[in-house]
This record gives sequence, C-alpha cells and structure tokens, in this order.
Amino acid sequence: MKNPSTRISSVSRRTFLQAGSLATGGLMLGVSLPGGLGEALAAGTLHTPNAWVHIADDNTITLISARSEMGQGVYTSMPMLIAEELNVDLRKIQVAIAPPGKIYVNALLGAQITGGSTSVRDGWEKLRIAGAQVREMLISAAANQWKVDRSGLRAENGMVLGPGGRKASYGQLAAAAAALPVPEKVTLKDPEHFAIVGKPTKRLDTPAKVNGRAIYGIDVKLPGMVYASLEQCPVIGGTPKSFDATKARSMPGVIDVVQIPDGVAVVADTYWHAKTAREALRVQWDEGPVAALDDASMWQGIRAAAETGKRLSISSKGDAASAMAHAAKVVKAEYTLPLVAHAALEPMNFTAHVADGKCLLVGPTQFQQGAEGAIMAALGLKAEDITLQTTFLGGGFGRRLELDFIVQAALISKAVGKPVKLLWTREDDTRHDFYRPMALNQLEAGLDAEGMPVAMNYRVTSQSITQRAFGLPKDTLDGFMVEAAVPRYELPNATHELVIHDTGLRAGYWRAVSHNMNAFANESFIDELAAATGKDPYAYRMALLKNQPRMAHVLKTAADKAGWGKPLPTGRFRGMAIMEGYDTFMAQIAEISVKDGVPAVHKVVVVADLGRMVNPDTVAAQLQSGINFGLSAALYGEVNIDKGRVRQSNFNDFPVVRMYESPAIDITLVPSTEKPGGIGEPATALIGPAIANALFAATGKRVRQMPFTAARLASA
Amino acid sequence: MSTSFQVNGRTVHVHAEPDTPLLWVIRDEIGLTGTKFGCGLALCGACTVHLDGVPIRSCQTAVSFVAGKKVTTVESLSSDNSHPLQKAWIAHDVPQCGYCQSGQLMSAAALLQKNKHPSDADIDQAMSGNICRCGTYERIRAAIKTAAAEMYGHPAAAPAKS
Repeated sequence: MKNPSTRISSVSRRTFLQAGSLATGGLMLGVSLPGGLGEALAAGTLHTPNAWVHIADDNTITLISARSEMGQGVYTSMPMLIAEELNVDLRKIQVAIAPPGKIYVNALLGAQITGGSTSVRDGWEKLRIAGAQVREMLISAAANQWKVDRSGLRAENGMVLGPGGRKASYGQLAAAAAALPVPEKVTLKDPEHFAIVGKPTKRLDTPAKVNGRAIYGIDVKLPGMVYASLEQCPVIGGTPKSFDATKARSMPGVIDVVQIPDGVAVVADTYWHAKTAREALRVQWDEGPVAALDDASMWQGIRAAAETGKRLSISSKGDAASAMAHAAKVVKAEYTLPLVAHAALEPMNFTAHVADGKCLLVGPTQFQQGAEGAIMAALGLKAEDITLQTTFLGGGFGRRLELDFIVQAALISKAVGKPVKLLWTREDDTRHDFYRPMALNQLEAGLDAEGMPVAMNYRVTSQSITQRAFGLPKDTLDGFMVEAAVPRYELPNATHELVIHDTGLRAGYWRAVSHNMNAFANESFIDELAAATGKDPYAYRMALLKNQPRMAHVLKTAADKAGWGKPLPTGRFRGMAIMEGYDTFMAQIAEISVKDGVPAVHKVVVVADLGRMVNPDTVAAQLQSGINFGLSAALYGEVNIDKGRVRQSNFNDFPVVRMYESPAIDITLVPSTEKPGGIGEPATALIGPAIANALFAATGKRVRQMPFTAARLASA
Repeated sequence: MSTSFQVNGRTVHVHAEPDTPLLWVIRDEIGLTGTKFGCGLALCGACTVHLDGVPIRSCQTAVSFVAGKKVTTVESLSSDNSHPLQKAWIAHDVPQCGYCQSGQLMSAAALLQKNKHPSDADIDQAMSGNICRCGTYERIRAAIKTAAAEMYGHPAAAPAKS
C-alpha cells in the first residue's frame, strides 16, 4: 500500500517542489498576494472584508492565523501582523485557525503547511497588506456613510474617526465595508512606526493553556462519538493478512472491530475499552519488505551509496581537486546521525465523521491541504465535501506534517458509520513515526602552510523525505537535504555533493531537518581543522568570516558574552557552533562538564540575528525550545531497527531532556532591519556540534556520532 | 458497579471498571480534559493530579484506588486564572504547545504546598518527572519562584519577563 502521505493534490506537489528547489540556493520566493480575496468564510452576522479579518455586528473582531499553533507562537504573531495595519488592540480580538483554502497557502512552501520556520517570512508582508486593506475598506465605508471625503478620516483602535467628532466602530461599518471592492494598492506603515510588530507581546493562547481549557486533538468530542485504538503491524508498512477478534469483541464496551489498510481497529464506547480490547486481538501480518531491515544493513546501504551512488552537485567553487593535491596537510573525518523519533507529547490522534458522502475532520495537523488531499484520495470525496478544523497541536516538530493518522481515523469512521476519535498509544507513536533519516557526512579539507583551508570536499549521503512525501523525482537535488551544507566560511576551492539513498524505511521531516546533519558535520569539522593546526577555534572561524559581517557579528557577540578565552571553573569546558539557516544567523556556545563519560550542559550562550522580529519574546522562547529539543537528540536521540521493528517504545528507552538536565540559556537578539528570518528550528541544529566541540575541549576526544553516549566517548 | 470520590470538591459516582486508570475516568467519563495523556507509564507527568493533596500520575492509578478520596485537577486551580501559579505562568509566558502544562502546574502546586521557598535544586527535583518537549523548563523554574513569592510574600527571586 502506498503511504497516504504521497496522495496530495498535484498542484500543491508541484509548487512545493518549486519552493524546495529554490530553498537550495538559500533563496526565498517573493511574497505575492494570492488571488481570490474576499473568499467568504463565515455566514450570519460575521462580515468578511477579506479572508483574514472577520468583524461581527457586535464589534467582535476575529483575525485568522493560516498556520497551526504547535507551540511556536503563530496564534499570536500572525494576528500581530494583521492588527498592526488594521489598528486594533490585540487584547480585544479573537483568533481562529484557518480552514483549508487556497488563499492560506504558504508561498514559501507552495501548500497550506506549517513548517520550515516560514510562518513569519511568508506572512510578513501579506498579512500586513491584508490588515491595511480592511482598514481602508472600513474608512471608505465610513466616508460613504458620512458623505465626506475619505482623506479626512483615520482608523484608530477599532474606530474610524472623522471630522466634527464623528466616529464609528469597525463593527458598525463592517457590513458596508465587506460589500466594497478590496483595494489593490495600500500603503503600509514604515517599520519605524510599528506599534505592535517588534514589541514583546504576551501570547494570546497562554490563558487557555493554564486552566485546562485549551482544546487539543485528544480533547475533541463530537455528539455520538466513539473511540478507536488501532493495532498496526510491528513492522512499519506491514498490513494485516487475517485476524481473530473473537475475544476482543466480547470485551466490555466494544462496538466493532474493523480492518483498514494500516491495521485492525477496535472501536468502543471509551478509549480505555478500545485500548484494552485491542490487546486481545490476534493479527497475522504481511510484514512487507521493511522486515528485512536492521541498523547494520541500513548503514551498509548508506555506505555503499556514498561510494557508488549518483553524486548530485550542491555547489562547486574553484578547483578543489588541484588545491587538495597541493595542500600542505589533508584532514578527513566523517560524521553520522541515527534515526530519531519526534516524540511530540500529544500522541498522534484525529477525530473524523464520515457520513452521507461528507467528511468532518477535527484535530491537530501541520498540513491542512495535505489532509484534504489525502482524504479525497482515500475516500473518493471532493474538496467541498470535506470540512477540517485544526485544534491546538500538542507538539508538531514535523510529525504532524504526515497524514497517516488522519486517513486512519476517517477510514475507521467510514467503516463504523459513527464519529470516531482515533488515539495512538505512546508506544504506537514511538514505533510508527516517520523518523529523521540516518545521515553520513564525509568531509575532507586541504590546509595551507598556515593551517587555513584551501580545499574542501563535502559529501552527504542520506534519505530523501521529499521524494516520498512530495514525489520529488529521483536524481534531483533535494533542497531539504542540503540545508547549511555550504557554510559561510571563506573556502576558495570547494566541492559539495549529495548522494540520495533510500534505506527502505520511511523517513520524515524532523525539526531543523537537514540543518541537523550538515551543521553537525561542518561545525565539528571546522573545530577539527583548528585543532589540527593548533589554532583557537574562535579565532580560526573569525579568520574565515571576513566577508560575512552578520555571521561574524553573532559569533563575536557570543564569544564576548561567554567570556571565550577566559578561564572557567575547574571541570568546565566550552564549545561553539555557528550557522546560517532559514535566513537566520546564529551562534551558540555550550558550557559543559563531563561525568561518567557523558556531557552535562550547564549553560548555553545563544546569539541570533534574524532580521526584523514580530514577537521578540516568542523568538526567545523558540531559542530555549530549539536548544532543549536539540539537546535531547544530542544526549539520547536514537531509534534502532531490528528485523524491521523499532526497538524503542516509550520515554524509558527513548528518553528526552528533563528539567534537571536543561541548561541556563543566555539569549542575545541582534537588533536588525534585515528581512525576517525563521526561528522555530535553527537553534535545534547547533547545540549538538557545540557540545561535541566542548567534549573535545574537555577530553581531547572527538565524538563524531550522535547521541553522545559514554560508550561513544570511550571508543572515540 | 460504581466508584465514588471527590473531584475538585464535587462528589462523583463513576461506572468505569475498577481497574480503569483514573486518567481516562477524569477525561472521558467526568469530562475534565485538562489532564493529559502522554505516555501511559507514569514517565512523562502530563496526567499529574493530586490525590488527597499529593501529586500522582493518574495514568497509573486505578480508579478503585481513589474511592472515597479527594482528587484535584488543573481545573481546580481556578477558572479565571487567578491562582498565583496561573498568574506566574502567564507573566512568564511559560507554555508553548502547552500540552504538558496542566501536569507541570499540578506538580508545581504540590511543591509549593510543602516548600515555601524552593531552591533551583528543589524545583528540579520536584519537576523532573514532568517532560516538556518544547523545553519551557527555564520559564517554569522562574514562574515557580514568582508564584512562591506571591503566595508567601517574600521578594520575587526572578523578575517576570515582559
């Protein structure tokens, strides 16, 4: 069976690929306003001047976030951009997450996707334009009503104000405004006059998240809803051959047992009844080709591909072969990353009701358009027959870009003819993930007599997620595998290559995607080059950043903040790493000690220059978040495959960082008027190499594999 | 078959089998969904509630065990966010995805009931059973100190962020 994730509409697939290929060169698509403004979303007393603003007669103003709230703060930052130009008090508006709709497509990804640290970069201009359009429409409506020239009117704090003290609330003007044409040209504020954007702002979702009121997918309840627990094959991709549900059917509360392509579902009156009866199922599986895989065979395949597979050029500069041949010294190293699970704290779930040729879907997804396309394909429905409501996400990290659990919920609902909430167990979630793929990075540098690099060969061999998820043709450079592969350092002669190898086990986008493997390799290796010639890693990097002012500035700032070069307390050591990713320039310096062969991270200095910011406090939160997420991967993150089965199951054998292991994080945000960069992901990619470099400073040993276990340090 | 106990001061009679985990009784039968499911093995703390004032993992507590006892959930802190912990969580903008925060708040509430002035080490010890995948740990630490200061009237150890 093809994975449901492959079944998205061809339009979004095509545009996604265009965006992906552009991402390769670090380019960003120009933001253009999509057509179809005025697409109505709501009925009743709501007025919808454009797709981003709803105003009710009672003056309730609802601003739309077209991005899913999974912790990164878009529930606040997207409305901030609209409110800036609409001139409304952010404290007095409501927020709604957008339904599927062409107008809500993320221009940087070509589909309605939340991911890739793109929300602010995509929305920066178009959401302000959307707010300005509605403001101008409200002013025009007031001018018409008062029969005055619109040039004498202004919109402030939810009111249109006119000569002679005339005033009207947006709610009073909304009906008339919504009937007016949407202005094609609007004037946006000079950023120097921003009243909302760029100011630290309290998150609008916090109040509901401290009293149990926030609704996540797991909390959805529909009238007549029943609960499903799905037994999937222990081998990913395996399908049921036959099953015996005699005992399960006899257990309390069981309503039905149904087979779908991915497994056998027990449907019951409560979740606990469904889950308990599921344990009594006896299923014979066709395990499929993944059953032949284990870690060793997968690594063997990657190593073979690295030697003999097709090499795709990422970039080529100068004459690396000749420069390497004439180098005074040649240094080689290779780095590997294992499979890692996402482990969002809310296990995968979705609620579906398929009835009368229609499908209602409610739940947590990062990919509304993909969900719609997958349900169209799986159920043979048209887009207009599908309604999708996005709840809060209990973590996303890329896992909720996938659509498997959504299709499963819909198929189970169709089979039993009732609204169904499908909820996975933690073990299901750990064992049926789309893991961050294994990666092998092989680097070779030629150094001159002074120890500076004159030649570099870089080859990364890993698996393409984009081929599986979006149908990227084979032998095509996958932009999501080569992020941060070409560092900002001055390298006169360099060859960067990609080899794509499919291990046979599905892989998925995992926070920071290929920045993780490429930054680990580049930032470990540059440290190795400095060490090979007895140079200070900070001075060595700075010497290679003479033409990179933003990169050099964040590194210098971090070094100053961390007191680089100054003595540390006994037993403490530092390591640094830098990267440009998502148009954000970042430096991290980790301060560690080593106990029983494993690093303890006490402090991380992080400096980020991400251009203009929408909500600096959310930016700080994302740095804290990204560092802790990357720290879990650096210390623990590893999924092992044995006879096609995932060995890990829950947080006991797939541990993540807990409070006592969480470092103090010292954050500096560089004031900047550059275009906005992304911030949800880059910090994740840098903590690993910063720790690896600190481990070297502490022990003189170079650990080139994550996670940094005691065994790996001992054998380094 | 019925089990009776108190939830947030209200007596409830529930019909789930005696071995049903309290978590699912609270969520699906009583309908209080603030308490979350994360792991099912008492490893993540998302399901933390208080039993007679003591924090427990409701995913590993059979409903029969709580018969006649007092259970309190995150909803008991306050519905208007007036509890010092809720105020501190808002002041520090602690939650990101927010899924773990009900459990974090209940662990923090239990800590502050017995420790009026927790040190970083006290906080780490009390809170390390609660996983936050978004990594809000530093803000949780700061918010607990802010809440302790309000509850017990000593100077705030860490200023609230903007």
